[in-house]
Amino acid sequence: MPTATDTIEALAERDYEYGFVTDVEQDTAPPGLSEEIIAFISAKKNEPQWLLDWRLAAYRGWLKMAEPTWANVRYEPIDYQSICYYAAPKSDDDRPKSLDEIDPEILATYEKLGIPLKEQEMLAGVAVDAVFDSVSVATTFREKLAELGVIFCSFSEAVQDHPELVRKYLGTVVPRRDNFFAALNSAVFSDGSFVYIPKGVRCPMELSTYFRINAMNTGQFERTLIIAEEGSYVSYLEGCTAPMRDENQLHAAVVELIAHEDAQIKYSTVQNWYPGDKEGVGGIYNFVTKRGLCEGRRSKISWTQVETGSAVTWKYPSCILRGDDSVGEFYSVALSNNRQQADTGTKMVHVGKRTSSTIISKGISAGEGQNTYRGSVRILRSAEDARNFSQCDSMLIGDRCGAHTFPYIDVANPSAQMEHEASTSKIGEDQIFYCNQRGIDTEDAVSMIVNGFCKEVFRELPMEFAVEAQKLLEVSLEGSVG
Amino acid sequence: MLRVRDLHARVEQQEILKGVDLEVKAGEVHAVMGPNGSGKSTLAQVLAGKEDYEVTAGSLELEGEDLQEMAPEERAHAGLFLAFQYPVEIPGVGNSYFLKAAVNANRKARGESELDAMDFLKLLRERATLVDVDEALLRRPVNDGFSGGEKKRNEILQMAVLEPRLAVLDETDSGLDIDALKTVAAGVNALRAENRAFVVITHYQRLLNYIVPDHVHVLLDGRIVRSGGSELAHELEEKGYAGFDGARAGA
Repeated sequence: MPTATDTIEALAERDYEYGFVTDVEQDTAPPGLSEEIIAFISAKKNEPQWLLDWRLAAYRGWLKMAEPTWANVRYEPIDYQSICYYAAPKSDDDRPKSLDEIDPEILATYEKLGIPLKEQEMLAGVAVDAVFDSVSVATTFREKLAELGVIFCSFSEAVQDHPELVRKYLGTVVPRRDNFFAALNSAVFSDGSFVYIPKGVRCPMELSTYFRINAMNTGQFERTLIIAEEGSYVSYLEGCTAPMRDENQLHAAVVELIAHEDAQIKYSTVQNWYPGDKEGVGGIYNFVTKRGLCEGRRSKISWTQVETGSAVTWKYPSCILRGDDSVGEFYSVALSNNRQQADTGTKMVHVGKRTSSTIISKGISAGEGQNTYRGSVRILRSAEDARNFSQCDSMLIGDRCGAHTFPYIDVANPSAQMEHEASTSKIGEDQIFYCNQRGIDTEDAVSMIVNGFCKEVFRELPMEFAVEAQKLLEVSLEGSVG
Repeated sequence: MLRVRDLHARVEQQEILKGVDLEVKAGEVHAVMGPNGSGKSTLAQVLAGKEDYEVTAGSLELEGEDLQEMAPEERAHAGLFLAFQYPVEIPGVGNSYFLKAAVNANRKARGESELDAMDFLKLLRERATLVDVDEALLRRPVNDGFSGGEKKRNEILQMAVLEPRLAVLDETDSGLDIDALKTVAAGVNALRAENRAFVVITHYQRLLNYIVPDHVHVLLDGRIVRSGGSELAHELEEKGYAGFDGARAGA
């Protein structure tokens, strides 16, 4: 643990080294990205020198990198110098005083999703007591986990309280110069979650960011690190079915998972960032790097995602199957409605012997939405007797949307067994008419047909999440069939 | 119950029905027979309200209500049921889940309280026994991977559960072997009731050995050219439709 003296020394050194005096009273950094800004962020967070160095190395790498253009998405060029990379959480004075000040359209959606009033206030960022209620819930929750030795806290807290773990694992799965957006995140990440499950512990509850109340307003450059020691198990839930507004258009998160021998990590996401209006104006750009390392033998990492939000999604949760007999899974539902564009899929890299992976992807396109599945399965020479099963299904609703599939398969060991299935179906007028004839109206029919289509993915989600996800698809598809 | 008058309908600019008159009373079973292309299935689709079919003239009334003013689901709520010639597959949606949604959508529309899972299951089991449908069928996705016979039986099961006022069976006998045909017919017979009417559309007389109609109508080239009792079906079986050409010419 760093002592107060260490920290002060580090700060003093830093100022000297970079010739930059931090105005700690200042809450928001001026727009733009530079080494000074990164030093400011790091100082604000009271970070040790090694982490600042790490950020700066990422930044220097990023400067030499070009924004990727291979994804099947179109958006206006991003001016990285106009973005503000650090803003302290808003004070109560700046926040809406009550739900009356919130966009009625968002409130209507909360109603449809059946979100309790207190939670609506929290989601909308209203400055009320509801938040304090949640804080006490969260505290009880953390105490329970602490008894088992489970660490579940914000990334910033982990840097202060468990620097040795952060230092050991940060960037080991997603190197700081892995790709353009990961490098940007590594340089400027704001906050995120940190989870550590000790050897042999089966985490008794689903860990959800919902309970980590201090995770609010950290969405822009989120950084998450989950470590499962030998023989442990954890199920982690990210996101929220309620539509989350955010003033920051660009989101570039990084998630790293490490599963040691016989450990299992189940990571479920429901992503419902603001998709923009019907013309696609104002939506979030979600450029995420998520990767898990099955480090130990018989370890298992399972990604399940339901992606309904954002204007542009660029996301490929992946598994590196290094341990012999390790298992990687990817279950995905991605929906693009109106002008939304999603380019999402996975990468499975088989390194160890008898490693196996499963990919189930369900893409739904409605309105003028464009949905792309992009997946890569690589069997390295060392991966004796590896297996993969991939299934990519696309569903089209209406005739102005699009579905695209880009599977890449690269096999360097002839003992591999590969299976790939793909289908594209149009939600049939015949199916809808059949439901209508039985008395079911068109909107209910569409949601029923879509839910049936996504069933294989929904059953991988924890129970309450699955129910919410179904409801979410329903609401997201409203009015898509006229 | 059902009154069809001078019905003209077309699909993709082609006129298929050229003036159909049909009156069906509660408790009656009517058979509409005709060769391929005579307009039998068009009649069924027009009754159910399929969008691609445009009514250009005439009227359609169910219990005095104008069907043309009603959306397909509203016609269902009013008690109209169509057993499809080609039942549609809905992968991933459980058969019993689908039926429960249908039953409750109808009940809701009629201002009745929705059935809970227990009550529905009871109803479903009872009806499955009535029309002799294996319970295993209930747990599978709607028509997905069903054999031709299973699909048709499933239509009859849905009919039994939804308890329509008017059931239209569109070539329910096509593609069935004799055992399946008997089961389907027995299901229909079990549902015959004083306040319920059937319109059985078929190409062949065979089905009518098991479902004995009160009235038989011969549909040729978009018009009903002859109507009669169940003996008419036997006459057709002997002479074939060719024998009715004269009637058409005279009509």
